[in-house]
Amino acid sequence: MAIRSRPVAHPHLNAERHIMADLLIELFSEEIPARMQAGACDALKRMMTDGLVERGLTYADAQAFATPRRLALAVHGLTDHSPTTREERRGPKVGAPEKAIEGFLRSTGLRLEDLETRDDKKGQVYIAHVVTEGRAASAIVAEVLEQTIRNFPWPKSMRWGAGNLRWVRPLHSILCILSNDAGAEVVPLDVDGIVSGERTRGHRFMAPDEFSVVNFDDYAAKLKRAKVILDPVERADHIWNDASQMAFAAGLELVEDRGLLTEVAGLVEWPVVLMGRIDAQFLGLPPEVLQTSMKEHQKFFSLRDPKSGQITGFVTVANRETLDGGATILAGNQKVLAARLSDAKFFWDNDLRAVSDAGLEGMGAGLTAVTFHNKLGSQADRVGRIEALAREIAPRVGADEELAAMAARVAKADLRSEMVGEFPELQGLMGSYYARAAGLPDDVARACLEHYQPLGPSDSVPSSPVSVAVALADKIDTLTGFWAIDEKPTGSKDPYALRRAALGVIRLVLGNAVRFSLSGLPVQRHLIATLIILKGLEFHRRGEEIASDGLLRLLSAEEIKELSYRLVDSDQGWSEAQLFERMDEIAANLLAFFHDRLKVHLRDQGIRHDVIDACLAMPNNDDLTLLVKRAEVLAAFLKTSDGENLLQGFKRANNILTQAEAKDGVEYSFGPDPKLAEDGAEAALFVALDRAEAAITPAIWAEDFASAMGAMADLRAPIDAFFDAVQINADNQILRRNRLNLLHRIRAICLQVADLTRVEG
Amino acid sequence: MVETTENSSQKPQSFQEIILRLQNYWAAKGCAVLQPYDMEVGAGTFHPATTLRALGSRAWAAAYVQPSRRPTDGRYGENPNRLQHYYQYQVIIKPSPPDLQDLYLGSLRAIGIDDSLHDIRFVEDDWESPTLGAWGLGWEVWCDGMEVSQFTYFQQVGGHDCRPVSGELTYGLERLAMYVLGVDHVMDMPFNAPDAPIPLKYGDIFRQTEEEYSRHNFHAATTDMLLRHFEDAEAECARLLDLAPDDTATGKRIIMVHPAYDQCIKASHLFNLLDARGVISVTERQAYIGRVRALAKLCADAFVQTEAGGAVA
Repeated sequence: MAIRSRPVAHPHLNAERHIMADLLIELFSEEIPARMQAGACDALKRMMTDGLVERGLTYADAQAFATPRRLALAVHGLTDHSPTTREERRGPKVGAPEKAIEGFLRSTGLRLEDLETRDDKKGQVYIAHVVTEGRAASAIVAEVLEQTIRNFPWPKSMRWGAGNLRWVRPLHSILCILSNDAGAEVVPLDVDGIVSGERTRGHRFMAPDEFSVVNFDDYAAKLKRAKVILDPVERADHIWNDASQMAFAAGLELVEDRGLLTEVAGLVEWPVVLMGRIDAQFLGLPPEVLQTSMKEHQKFFSLRDPKSGQITGFVTVANRETLDGGATILAGNQKVLAARLSDAKFFWDNDLRAVSDAGLEGMGAGLTAVTFHNKLGSQADRVGRIEALAREIAPRVGADEELAAMAARVAKADLRSEMVGEFPELQGLMGSYYARAAGLPDDVARACLEHYQPLGPSDSVPSSPVSVAVALADKIDTLTGFWAIDEKPTGSKDPYALRRAALGVIRLVLGNAVRFSLSGLPVQRHLIATLIILKGLEFHRRGEEIASDGLLRLLSAEEIKELSYRLVDSDQGWSEAQLFERMDEIAANLLAFFHDRLKVHLRDQGIRHDVIDACLAMPNNDDLTLLVKRAEVLAAFLKTSDGENLLQGFKRANNILTQAEAKDGVEYSFGPDPKLAEDGAEAALFVALDRAEAAITPAIWAEDFASAMGAMADLRAPIDAFFDAVQINADNQILRRNRLNLLHRIRAICLQVADLTRVEG
Repeated sequence: MVETTENSSQKPQSFQEIILRLQNYWAAKGCAVLQPYDMEVGAGTFHPATTLRALGSRAWAAAYVQPSRRPTDGRYGENPNRLQHYYQYQVIIKPSPPDLQDLYLGSLRAIGIDDSLHDIRFVEDDWESPTLGAWGLGWEVWCDGMEVSQFTYFQQVGGHDCRPVSGELTYGLERLAMYVLGVDHVMDMPFNAPDAPIPLKYGDIFRQTEEEYSRHNFHAATTDMLLRHFEDAEAECARLLDLAPDDTATGKRIIMVHPAYDQCIKASHLFNLLDARGVISVTERQAYIGRVRALAKLCADAFVQTEAGGAVA
């Protein structure tokens, strides 16, 4: 079998001087969705430059641009051909069957007399010197560009007309030129009938005619004359500057919205900023409603009156200049806005009326008809579960139980409001407005909004106790529910955002220093209750007779009866034993999931995974606040030289002890006798261990990890001195046993603080 | 009074003039100007001239007005923009011509939208009809921030890939006309010329019917009957397509795609009525949509077996 060696550039050709060229590509199409433009720029740049480099070209720099109608790439300092490479290939042995030799010749394209023979361990073998001629940049560019177009990673692509080519929308033309000081040449290319050229077009309405370009600078300049700003960043800056200035001149301030700015910059080639006022009849709407309606439907920026804090105006971005200075466009936009805001006002008024008639709970009554998940029942079912759990969590987070329960009952009611029906992203916020309108306590109104938080890793964590109780209950219910129906996230698939929910629990607990056991009684009760609702057909049938002691430890007979009436999934019931088994399995699995998310979270905070593992191995690891406190102190301790050395001493003691235990088949856990101490260092260690233990044990009980580790640090010097002065494996078996028992004390005392065996280094 | 595209520089004066100008424009561009389908449909797409003709290899170009019904959108004629019965203008060309965007913009000029004064934008909006098992990519077209049309390149219908691809344009006629005519409430819009001997407004023709149908759709339609009719239509559609293609009377091969498809359209409208009556729960909804889609798929499967569907006889 022929073995290929790595291709190497031919030494003679390496010395040859390359002429550098610039490459310009433009893919001109019908309107590209704004949200896809940035990704398309990255993909075009990556696929082209990777392809060019793979084929032996080099370049100085590359930049990609997008407008609604074009993707462009400029590559500077591109070598004008790839180097000739020489490859040495080993062939069959001399005297090998003729077929093998023929095959080798065919694969190398050489004749027998071109081959070299060389001595090898097993005799003489044929060696082929295969020279691959360098190719002109033009041919390489054409090949790479065609591949790029045919394999472009659009999130969604389509066919058009009678062709088979796929692009995000119909692709109309390909501009592809290589240029240098001597001039420009079109790179010839034909992709399903679209032939490359050096021509493009300007703005759809303001400068629709075709023109030719010779290089990137010429291209960008001519486009600008043809009312197209190529660079999306330049368009965004232009919009932001004009809008800010207009707002300032009107005594208003522009509400920043980066996402919207990027989107709007992707909707226009020639941005023209226009400003308008919101009709007074709509100023009573909540500012978030005005902002959301204008943003979602119209892509308008909001303008705030700094004196009143109200949203009173808007900025819209047109794609063209007009003879009337945009007056027609602005009037049209204003009219559409008025229609939209009339709808919003209609929803707002109706919702307020509904709340004043029936209260916020009344508004939520219809949640029975809203499916949360077909296996987990309706939103009303969910609200019932969250309320029960929030009651149990409330005292643990310092919240009033009745307020937490009330907040849980109304927190999802706004899902039935007309406003949230229209703008789902206002869920929670509308609830808090309507709660205030219904005269509910402030804590409850705040919880309507805050119980969804934190929404992402950068979202703020609520601190009001009622909000914390409901937010925890909401997220834990989501997690236990989906775990109960076995819909856990897998790989990149997490359709119910369960990782986000778990991180939310972690941040709520840590951010508020909440002491809450994630596999403790409330969670167990919640889980078993969920499972009974899902699989408790048995209980439904047998009524009060059932329920073992184990179950009654978690739920009262009355509760079981009530839960069994709420049965969602009547297809298949489980026995009590199965329910219990599943509960333990799910609780353990869910805790492991929390731990995984916690590791990711702490790693982002700079705490090493082995430090976390050392703390995870300790008791009560379902109390995250305790766990993290321990981990933080341990991480800090290990950064000190005492910590570092103590760790070494511990590991030495542990290794010797573990080996001896394995060899002797016994556990050296018998208390060592200080009277047997021969050496001064050995006697000193006894004293030090007594002192350390007296300090560490109560400190651990008091969760004062800093004092515990401080006391442990004091062991560093005596342990080091002991190892220097004393031979553990003494000939005298009594002394050896006593010393091993002494090592055991070191290990036992240190392991009270954390499982140092898991710390690396 | 028939307007032509030549005097399009003048603003149209009425709803019907806008329709006539679109008819003339697309006729001049070579489309067969069809008449509305004579059944209750939710959108112009349901017309077999679109749904079925988008399938198969044969070239096609048609334009038509389609009265459309969306029972849940009824507002007793009081809402300025919402109607349970309204008109769509539909254009379908297969294969989609390379200049379809320009052709479309020409149609806006024809009805008096001067693109040198207005801001016309193609904003991403992918179209999907779960009941037809159809989807495509395209845009909603904005004129000064208002959606005036839907522009779609059909990719699949009834679960079949569209080869070649049809380009489909849908104009919401009332909304577009209100904009062009500068009217704020649909019922105030002149239907015929304001200087006609008997000038009629949209409300003169439709206010009463909107009231009647709103009451009917939300409160009066007999749901048991609707459910029964839904089942009947569903069964009939499948039955017609299940019959052997050979017609004993003529000895010809006749697959009854269109009669079957009529039943599919019926089922779809009955579902919409049931939905408006509020008797379909969230979970059932998906199941009903799935049942209509299954019918649409059967019709699509059958259509591609026919001559019009591109099958070689």
